[in-house]
Amino acid sequence: MSETSDKQELSLPVRLRKLFFSTLYLSAFTFGGGYVIVSLLKKKFVDELHWINEDEMLDLVAIAQSAPGAIAVNGAIVVGFKIAGIPGILVSVLGAVLPPFVILTIVSFFYTAFRENFAVQALLYGMKAGVSAVIIDVVFDMASGIVKGRDAILIMIMIASFIANYFLNVNVVWIILVTAGIGAMITIFRNRGEKGGTK
Amino acid sequence: MIYLELFLAFLHIGAFSFGGGYAAMPLIQEQVIDKYHWMTISDFTDLVTISQMTPGPIAVNAATFVGTQIAGIPGAIMATAGVCLPSCIFVSVLAWLYVRYRNLSVMKGVLTCLRPAVTSMILAAGLMILLPALFPEGIAAGVGNFQVRQLIYFIAALLCLRRFKIGPIKVMIGCGAAELIVRLVLMAVG
Repeated sequence: MSETSDKQELSLPVRLRKLFFSTLYLSAFTFGGGYVIVSLLKKKFVDELHWINEDEMLDLVAIAQSAPGAIAVNGAIVVGFKIAGIPGILVSVLGAVLPPFVILTIVSFFYTAFRENFAVQALLYGMKAGVSAVIIDVVFDMASGIVKGRDAILIMIMIASFIANYFLNVNVVWIILVTAGIGAMITIFRNRGEKGGTK
Repeated sequence: MIYLELFLAFLHIGAFSFGGGYAAMPLIQEQVIDKYHWMTISDFTDLVTISQMTPGPIAVNAATFVGTQIAGIPGAIMATAGVCLPSCIFVSVLAWLYVRYRNLSVMKGVLTCLRPAVTSMILAAGLMILLPALFPEGIAAGVGNFQVRQLIYFIAALLCLRRFKIGPIKVMIGCGAAELIVRLVLMAVG
């Protein structure tokens, strides 16, 4: 009903509006840490709208992880930038920040009642299983793409970075830096090999 | 003056919390409790509890919570703006470099190797939610604390997502609603 007479479907105002409401809606459901929004953004912008492809999405997540700040905010920023440049960033940050802002302002007034509420406790208990299923569902898609590529180095990187992150609690920034270094070295060596050592 | 202080304190938190999530917690503690005394430790514990129960990153939640307590809604806006500003700058510079240089062969090599690493880190984040849900007291505490219902919800949720292609938000709310119904039934029966 709010449709203006935009003939072109992907005009900037349309994209910005879609971006704002998507990040607003998704951010309201990022229970259990920032990776939920990464999964939700992937479902929305890769699988549903096809505005970003799957490899790009993984690159954008790597960017979101390498910068300081909350992953949910950073994830919204990269997607916003990819879709609509600087205006996209402003719109997606606003969308990502508004739900926690409003909810926290309200909850801070009724904190005790909120914490002890029967329905809230039950919902939060059950949602933990749902949240982890949403994250693991997205991992299935991403990992199967990598395994099908049958590149031994990439599969080793996947296993090694899982061990480093999950079992050894290595900060994600170090994992990204080391992996990026490995990637750069492999490319340089391969290029040299192809060119027969000439530069 | 207080607005500027709030802005700068949260700018600091936003600029140095590399790695997301719990990396922000010690920084929030340092700025908000130790340096400016805007909060006590027990307020901070409440904040962490609230953050786990509500959507949104802990740093944004902290900015809203502290800002509101210290200087009302304008304070909350200043603190939230401060915590998001470094993200906006760093991420857009990196994203710009990515768009500009991603066709260089070295950049392609780097990105190809990063993808599996990112996938693993997302998996690790999923397991860090799933395992405490299944074993609230830890796996070492034995099968006594195993949550059968959580396992059922998890499997059902995964089926809904992968086989029946139901949207993720519906699935998440469905799991919460299922638990609410189970508890209501248990109460009615017992």
